[in-house]
Amino acid sequence: MSAVCFYFQVHQPRRIKRYRFFDIGQDHEYFNDSSEQDTNNARVLRKVAHKCYLPANEALFATLKANPRFKVAFSISGIALEQFTEYAPEVLDSFKRLVATGQVELLGETYYHSLSFLRSPAEFREQVRMHNDLVRSTFGVQPYVFRNTELIYRNDVAGLVADMGYLGMLLEGADHLLGWRRPTYVYHAKGDPAFKLLLKHYKLSDDIAFRFGNRGWEEWPLTAPKFAQWVHAHHGDGHVVNLFMDYETFGEHQWEDTGIFDFLRALPHELLAHPDSSFVTPTEALTHYPAVGEVDAPNYVSWADIERDLSAWLSNPIQHDALRALYDMEHEVKRSNDADLIRDWRRLSTSDHFYYMCTKWFQDGDVHAYFNPYESPYEAYIAYMNVLNDVRTRIRAVPKERRTLWGAVSEKTRGVLQALRS
Amino acid sequence: MYGWEFPPHNSGGLGVACFGLARALVAEGADVRFVLPRKYPVAPCGARMVFADEAQPLSGVEAEHFASGYLTEDRLRFLRGAYPTLQYGPSLYDEVLRYAALSPLIALAHHPDVIHMHDWLSFPAGIAAKQATGAPLIAHVHATEFDRTGFGSVNQAIYEVERRGMHEADRIFAVSEYTRRIIIERYGIDPNKVEVVHNGIDHDDAVVASACEGDVRRLKGLGWDIILFVGRLTMQKGPDYFLEVARRVLEHRPQTLFVVSGSGDMAQQMIDRAAYLGIGDKVLFTGFLREAALARLYRSADLVVMPSVSEPFGIVPLEALLNGTPVLVSKQSGVAEVVRNALKVDFWDVDDMTNKVLALLAHPPLRETLADEGGREARARVWRRVARQCMMVYERIVRVLTHNL
Repeated sequence: MSAVCFYFQVHQPRRIKRYRFFDIGQDHEYFNDSSEQDTNNARVLRKVAHKCYLPANEALFATLKANPRFKVAFSISGIALEQFTEYAPEVLDSFKRLVATGQVELLGETYYHSLSFLRSPAEFREQVRMHNDLVRSTFGVQPYVFRNTELIYRNDVAGLVADMGYLGMLLEGADHLLGWRRPTYVYHAKGDPAFKLLLKHYKLSDDIAFRFGNRGWEEWPLTAPKFAQWVHAHHGDGHVVNLFMDYETFGEHQWEDTGIFDFLRALPHELLAHPDSSFVTPTEALTHYPAVGEVDAPNYVSWADIERDLSAWLSNPIQHDALRALYDMEHEVKRSNDADLIRDWRRLSTSDHFYYMCTKWFQDGDVHAYFNPYESPYEAYIAYMNVLNDVRTRIRAVPKERRTLWGAVSEKTRGVLQALRS
Repeated sequence: MYGWEFPPHNSGGLGVACFGLARALVAEGADVRFVLPRKYPVAPCGARMVFADEAQPLSGVEAEHFASGYLTEDRLRFLRGAYPTLQYGPSLYDEVLRYAALSPLIALAHHPDVIHMHDWLSFPAGIAAKQATGAPLIAHVHATEFDRTGFGSVNQAIYEVERRGMHEADRIFAVSEYTRRIIIERYGIDPNKVEVVHNGIDHDDAVVASACEGDVRRLKGLGWDIILFVGRLTMQKGPDYFLEVARRVLEHRPQTLFVVSGSGDMAQQMIDRAAYLGIGDKVLFTGFLREAALARLYRSADLVVMPSVSEPFGIVPLEALLNGTPVLVSKQSGVAEVVRNALKVDFWDVDDMTNKVLALLAHPPLRETLADEGGREARARVWRRVARQCMMVYERIVRVLTHNL
């Protein structure tokens, strides 16, 4: 018998406005574009709310109410949650209503949907803690399973996450990780049988996320009965079919006129019509099913593009430079003890900023294959670096007496000092 | 194929483009007869060169078909009546009409399947060739009067010739979408008749230097950054915007040298302006440079800026990229359509231009990425690709014509 595990990612970055050299030292508001452009965060958020979050939540809520056996999981980045509060509180309310059904699990991730694990384990832990706190205070639930930004995974990332007490994490069911093995079983991290892994069934997930509305696809149109049949074909061949995707699939990537909402409403019923079917949340999957083997990931794996690596965020000199420049400032920023400054610096750590600087697709002429609110990767980089320069001017402006060594002290030492103080 | 100029005696991009296209068409198997108004030594491109001033009087059957074949003076008188606006004016107009008067002799002697004419100077000749032979006519627009004047005081006589050529043509090639829009909007042409044929660049022809040398290299060793402008010093090319940007950049990065390469009617005005802005010592005027000297300059620059007010295509950025130098181009240019990996600005947005120049100077990774990715794009724009596109149109147009008969 196979269960289905639905997991949806909800994330919206704070995009930087067209920030020019002449703004450095003058304007410390980086994210407040109020123009008609796609760097206007409030505008983008409200648009996506109406096209996706609100109607999709409504559809799920009705299904959850009608079917106590239906379950889903979400991971909502902290930076998305704070923007809901600011620009579209009704979205936050509708997510709260979903979680209150008790059939919805929330996962842990970095507050800023960042790549901090690449540069600063301390910052990574801090952002995970911040996200954990926000999820608890907003929804009153505790995340037990972790999902890293864009499902980026490597053996050492598992170590970092396991040390924070999570039961396990989600990753891409990439062929080169599994070989002949199926993504429909639970696995464990290399060298750590207790830290369990759920692998995305990329074929079935991408059938919905990427191919659903593609009229050139031989399986088009994809109906709920057809898809349910594909899932049922896995009975006897594993424990759980992991369908992981961006929540924006519903209404934003696949528009309403493709019939994606009808599909979303019909699919749970179709799946449950089969007597052996059930739904599980990631925590249930990890605790109910045994790990059948180990996954060894010496190199980074993600769910992005065909490459399924880090190249979307780090493949050209400008991306590497921007990431380096950001983390070079970490200690200085934290030493400032300036909450606004630290918050802005963290907002700059969101992975999307680096994604917008990617020249990979740009080169192929396939500019529509991905979304970029900037005219080119270079525009994105120039605005970003100008903003970092402004952050530097703010660091310099912090009075000496307000700076502390605190930020520069390692987390471990800090713990010891805190223990001594109390 | 009717042209006006050809390397090495070309004054600008028209001759270079004609050479590149003719050579690539020959390589694609086309029998190209390239017509020029006067005989002078030209660079070999593989096409058979025909000089109008050497045209032979017709004989036999063709002479009967074209009674006035021998009497080009009669033709000239006739053409003066047909193009009244060209009757009086600079001697250039007379040259254009003489070219057109001789054109039918050439056309009848060579039996073209397609007549392909380049820019207004050869339009009357191309039209005359079509009238004499009935062969389909293609007007290739490399620049319009609106580009040359920066949408200022358009010369009515030239505009009339351009307009007539476009209307008489069976098909129009525009060197960019930018130019295509001008053709449709300003000349009242049916959009379906106009096709975009971007220019190419061949790596072997482009002046490419292997290293920079001399004074410029010495300056670089001393920590100077070099920003380069290459082009005629006329309103169309926007050299005045370049100086405005120079002034602003120098406020923040005094160790920057702005090099202006080219000559033109604004040269003196530019020098005066630089002095007036108090940046005369940071702006270097090299005059018009060719080949190796220009290539070395490209290579030594950190950035090449093309702030054109209106640029139908603009080959300079591609030359710079082939020399490993990144580019900043105005959005009012055709080349902006084919190079994605370039910094782009509106020519009037001096703030944004300054912002981008400063960013490029401050961040070597930006320079590196733009040069690498942009260079790849430039190397892919070979003329063979353009020629193949032209051949397809030739074949289609000939087929349509024979079908209609």
